[in-house]
Amino acid sequence: MSVDRRVANLEGDTGLPRKNGELVFDAPWEGRAFGLAVVLNEKGAYTWDDFRSRLVDQVRTGEPHYYENWIRALESLLAAQEIVSPEEVELRAAEYRALKRDPVF
Amino acid sequence: MTEDHEHHHDGHGHHPEAPSELEARVLALESLLIEKGLLTSQDVDQVISVYEHDIGPMIGARVVAHAWVDPAYRSRLLDDASAAVRELGLTYPTSTQLVVVADRPEVHNVIVCTLCSCYPWAMLGLPPTWYKSAPYRSRMVSEPRVVLEEFGLRLPTSTAVNVWDSSSDLRYMVLPERPEGTEGWSEEQLASIVTRDCMIGVARPQIPAGKAVG
Repeated sequence: MSVDRRVANLEGDTGLPRKNGELVFDAPWEGRAFGLAVVLNEKGAYTWDDFRSRLVDQVRTGEPHYYENWIRALESLLAAQEIVSPEEVELRAAEYRALKRDPVF
Repeated sequence: MTEDHEHHHDGHGHHPEAPSELEARVLALESLLIEKGLLTSQDVDQVISVYEHDIGPMIGARVVAHAWVDPAYRSRLLDDASAAVRELGLTYPTSTQLVVVADRPEVHNVIVCTLCSCYPWAMLGLPPTWYKSAPYRSRMVSEPRVVLEEFGLRLPTSTAVNVWDSSSDLRYMVLPERPEGTEGWSEEQLASIVTRDCMIGVARPQIPAGKAVG
């Protein structure tokens, strides 16, 4: 597996957070969120442009947190592609918050 | 006689903390995607590890190649590098200032960060490990010619060496001289010989064997 330049070279406000060139994940979930979107693209679930345009839209609405925009872009794309519905995500997330599932990253 | 003062961990002391809203959403997505057979946790681990070592965007070479073919652009680049980079439709962060220093036959330039490892990463991607090493950071200042020779770059004594010390808000990048034998090359061909080390200043662009025209 190698780096996809289209991912590495996301530009402007959609550019991946970096410090001295290295990707920065402030918390483990940010790394998971990043990995999910990249893996699904590599496996052909959608094209990178599909994801990128949703990320651009999210960033434009002005959420302050980069990976919050990232995960919302991914959720909306997966809903549009009928891969994972918003209801499924809500239900499952509620189970994690209620500790009915082990929250291990 | 033993006194039983041990603390007994009853095994129920490890209460996991409830995840935040965003953490829960990511956990939810990953577990659902795994159940649907679209990916595995190992796939995600692998992507994170590959991208953590990603060299990042290497756009410096395109800028150098353009400066080689367009003298007016070259002056603008030396005058206000960040603006000149953006002029090509490339991204340069506003948080740091970029200064491009041009090699001339009588002056060779090289960059270093003596305090830490400040590096024009937006242009060159990840800094190489040696750039961050203490010996490079101190010796490039005290004995630059010796260090450059160790990199395989022997300079004529008539060529002066300028060492540029980067800081968190001022980053340098070297504009090497265009090598002879590259007349008529496209910008893309030219960019292909501009390596990271050339823009740090520890190497000069080389024409690969067999690529010379004529």
